[in-house]
Amino acid sequence: MRLRAGLLRQVPRVTVLLLTLPVLAGLAGTLIPAANPAALRALANWPGLEGAVRLSLVSGIASTLLALMLSLGLVAALLEHRSFGRVQALLSPLLSVPHAAAALGLAFLIAPSGWIARMLSPWATGWTTPPDLLILNDPMGLALIVGLTAKEMPFLLLMILAALPQVDANRRLTLAASLGYGRIAGFGLTVLPALYPLIRLPIYAVLAYAMTSVEMAMILGPSLPPGLSVQITQWMTDPSLAHRGTAAAAALLQLVLVIATLALWHGAERLIRRALRRQAARGRRAVPLDLLRRPLITLSVVLAAALFAGLAGLSLWSVAGLWPFPDLLPDWTLTTWTRVAPDLLTTTGTTLTLALLSTGAALGLVLSSLEAEHRYRLSPGAGAMALLYLPLIMPQVAFLPGLQIAALRLGAMEGVLAVASAHLIFVLPYVYLSLAAPYRAFDPRIALQATALGAGPARIFWTLRLPMLLSAVLTAAAVGVAVSVGQYLPSLLIGGGRVETLTTEAIALSSGGNRRIVGAYALLQMLLPALGFALAIGLPRLVFRHRRGMLPA
Amino acid sequence: MTGLVLDHLTIRQGDQSLVALTAAIRPGEVLTIMGASGSGKSTLLSALIGTLAPAFRCEGRITLNDRDVTALPTRARRIGILFQDDLLFPHLSVAGNLGFGLPARHRSDRAARIDAALAEMDLAGFGPRDPATLSGGQRARVALLRTLLAEPQALLLDEPFSRLDAGLRSQIRTLVFDRARADGLPVILVTHDPDDARAAGGAVLSPLGARIST
Amino acid sequence: MNRRDFGWLAIAALTIAGTAQAQTPGQTPGQTQAQTPAPTPTQTWAEVESAAKGQTVYFHAWGGDPKINDFIAWVGEQAQSRYGVSIEHVKLAATSDAVARVVAEQAAGQSEGGAVDLIWINGENFAAMKAEGLLHGPFATNLPNWPLVDVAGKPAVTTDFTLPTEGYESPWAMAQLVFEYDSVRVPAPPVSLTLLQDWIVAHPGRFTYPQPPDYLGTTFLKQVLYGVIADPAVLQTAVDEASYEATVAPLWTFLDTIHPALWRAARAFPANEPAMGQLLADAEIDIAFALNPGRASAEITAGTLADTTRTFVLDGGTIGNASFVAIPFNASHKEGALVVANLLLDPAVQARAQDPAVLGFQTVLNPAALSPEATAAFAALQLGVATLSPADLGPTLLEPHASWMTRISTDWITRYGVVQ
Repeated sequence: MRLRAGLLRQVPRVTVLLLTLPVLAGLAGTLIPAANPAALRALANWPGLEGAVRLSLVSGIASTLLALMLSLGLVAALLEHRSFGRVQALLSPLLSVPHAAAALGLAFLIAPSGWIARMLSPWATGWTTPPDLLILNDPMGLALIVGLTAKEMPFLLLMILAALPQVDANRRLTLAASLGYGRIAGFGLTVLPALYPLIRLPIYAVLAYAMTSVEMAMILGPSLPPGLSVQITQWMTDPSLAHRGTAAAAALLQLVLVIATLALWHGAERLIRRALRRQAARGRRAVPLDLLRRPLITLSVVLAAALFAGLAGLSLWSVAGLWPFPDLLPDWTLTTWTRVAPDLLTTTGTTLTLALLSTGAALGLVLSSLEAEHRYRLSPGAGAMALLYLPLIMPQVAFLPGLQIAALRLGAMEGVLAVASAHLIFVLPYVYLSLAAPYRAFDPRIALQATALGAGPARIFWTLRLPMLLSAVLTAAAVGVAVSVGQYLPSLLIGGGRVETLTTEAIALSSGGNRRIVGAYALLQMLLPALGFALAIGLPRLVFRHRRGMLPA
Repeated sequence: MTGLVLDHLTIRQGDQSLVALTAAIRPGEVLTIMGASGSGKSTLLSALIGTLAPAFRCEGRITLNDRDVTALPTRARRIGILFQDDLLFPHLSVAGNLGFGLPARHRSDRAARIDAALAEMDLAGFGPRDPATLSGGQRARVALLRTLLAEPQALLLDEPFSRLDAGLRSQIRTLVFDRARADGLPVILVTHDPDDARAAGGAVLSPLGARIST
Repeated sequence: MNRRDFGWLAIAALTIAGTAQAQTPGQTPGQTQAQTPAPTPTQTWAEVESAAKGQTVYFHAWGGDPKINDFIAWVGEQAQSRYGVSIEHVKLAATSDAVARVVAEQAAGQSEGGAVDLIWINGENFAAMKAEGLLHGPFATNLPNWPLVDVAGKPAVTTDFTLPTEGYESPWAMAQLVFEYDSVRVPAPPVSLTLLQDWIVAHPGRFTYPQPPDYLGTTFLKQVLYGVIADPAVLQTAVDEASYEATVAPLWTFLDTIHPALWRAARAFPANEPAMGQLLADAEIDIAFALNPGRASAEITAGTLADTTRTFVLDGGTIGNASFVAIPFNASHKEGALVVANLLLDPAVQARAQDPAVLGFQTVLNPAALSPEATAAFAALQLGVATLSPADLGPTLLEPHASWMTRISTDWITRYGVVQ
């Protein structure tokens, strides 16, 4: 018993190690070649440098800011409103859409030859051929910003919703309202200051991703010059070795940019906090601010609708024959599906295996860590939490290549197991974030009652905690599956091209511009995580159908 | 059976004394601890059940039927506790909850024991029921049964009747005290309600040991 | 986690990174490794076939076109039934992904058991791999089907972008640049470079080319260069620094003229050939081009392109080249790869590739060297409604030396790679 206790106590430490060691080793491996004046000079001579840096900064900051304001605004406007439940129900499906599929869907929606144009042509616009408008891949990155915002909003919303109970939001809002404050002002002055520290790390993760995304920038972002991370990926995979140094230098620059922006954001937080405090003391009720409610809700709905519409369009392409502009709907055919069916089966199998392996391992580690935290009264310090977020904040393109070489050199196993381990690095933080709050919120008196009845900690874990947290565990698992299904660079690089997942296939095929096949793969990309979330909602309902106390209120 | 003995039990936080008690509770007797919120009631409960936070310094001894339980973990003390909320496990049936309390060494006649216990409390046939479908009074009885089935040697009551409405309160109260007396269990009742203290019929002290008249 | 933990973490990370970095060729380009000796002097083809039986060949090939994917799958079935070799088609977004993989394996010292057995390759990717000693061979001339290849009539099968293949890659398809257009919207296609320039300026927003350094994009630039250069013969030799600027000046003049009238006013370009093909299908542009003369017909048959699409070439000829397969030095299944390379040269396979209902790729085989049945099979093939006959395809211009493509790409990025 003492040995097992000792093992359990180490699990949180081991978990953090499993997360951070690959990232740090990969970082070092990727960036060491950058310590070379020739490489730095080559990077400085790249004509697209200024544009790429500007794009990274602008699209990253703008989309994060927008997503944050929309999420906060939506919560402020709709909390305790009857439609809030509908919002929460929509979140899971939106979250489970992989970035690549979302970008492809959006691209089809807003392109000049896309669905919106087709809906309006030729009766409203008079177009019989698509107009020559630079909407997609525009140099300012507007399309990219829209795509990033639409994809990051559900994640931020989820994090905010998870944190709300801890700040007693409902009562604070009621209090503010009773004092005469408008909803938005009340939210901003009474709830936000307490809420923000709880969502700070997720916001950093969103900011880092928005600045360094490869898939979304490839599909929606400008190409003259391309985004920094896209260019890095192109240089890294260029057969001419001379570009490796430049790629490493650019990766270093990317890392520095991300860290500098995070620091800037952190500084801005302080200013805003001070401003809010001063504003609160002024006593201005700011009721007219509530006029923003309707536009905020509308904008959020439009974004979510755009996402869904884009995905619907993609799915339509998978059953489309000839579909010329300006036809609204295509000729139907199933040839695409019959053509991809055999490949699809194996690829889906591989994707599912990877997802189950990585999520299973993540769940095991996270549950053990949380249980160890509970039993030994450990609490993760700020340092450990920051390390947990490390894989989410470090640009993937900055540490995966180094990790690939390290894995090869150490003779690490190839194939599904290696890729699953790489997925674990990214799945673990999300599973932890998803599970930590419900786990810690578990009524301590239940455990106390059980202890008084003579139950040991192991018995309490297996017969009380786990069953009562089934819904939370399944949701965390669904999140893990969604994260694993959506991974691109890890599957591509660590798998050495031998491990085909739905996402690697979809992106490889999207380079062919064949929307039909892309549509088929994108549909399946979405289906797997959606199934996971459906299970997370349905299974507890089934298992506890005779236990009213376990069903959601 | 010598009952529950608190031997100069003193609990301090910093230089402030929260609890200072010396008392002996014989089997079937009830000691009532009364005080305002923040007065040390919950600290005393934590100390008795074995969940005192490290911030508190505890001196003195707690003896239960000649066993020194001061240093024992909660699980080993054989002290049952009833809270304000019945805390029935929502994912188990009534019988499941009771089975959780019943020690594992009873292997062959578990179902029989549970049914017998339910019948004693006028809850015959309630075994397969979902706890959420029971009334407040029924849940309180099941909670009591669960605690008693674990064969405790003492009972702690943490304001267990305050959530029940007036009529139910006295009924359940009587039930608990009668069973404790019948099973020979020393009871410590923590409450702020003078009615509870009067119904208990035993000594009434503050956490610092001062006598309180009701 | 305490300070001690962070310390150990940092040390462990640096150690792992350090061992991984040891012996990385990294900043020493041009470092050549010993070439893998060819197996053929001692191994007969029968021995190769028997060793190949039961192997799975990981064929890394671009996966963006489902017709090509289907074809490779069909080749896999043939390989399985005839030789017991199965093919695993690893779909790449770009050939360079596979090259990068082999480079990484070489850097890690993995000289056998590599992940890549066979690559569909040509041009600068081939040049890069050959220069770094990453290829197994020479093997192509020892293949049983090699005598069928039209070496004399199609010089591109042994010279890849002026670089002699020396048997390190085996051809399997011919390509020639053709222009595709919708005959309804373009009644009179512009069949010379001057006419094309005038047409583009007269129809703003209806023409574009893939963004260099994309393969097809640089091919277009080379085609223009052929048309505007004073002396085309210099393209067959390496770039001469002294005269380079003056030589390519007309190319930039041409581009400067047409760019304001391009699709999206040259502020964005399609990423590659299929992306441009999608633009044509969506009617966003009226003229596109491709390296496969049969692509348009194949797309029409597949129901993804309007059936009024036709093709044309420029007077004076257009650039043509060959597609090859090569075997990395550390391939795990070399015998299987050799069998597949040979199978690709089989007349039945070549005929199927040329079928416009399948791929529409032009064959590398010499019609005179084929058996009567094979000749009949080829003759029975329909050309496809949009495909030009070999006579109408006109002369093939040879690919320039690889250094031209590299130089022009880099200069294009400098001149046009950043939107002002």
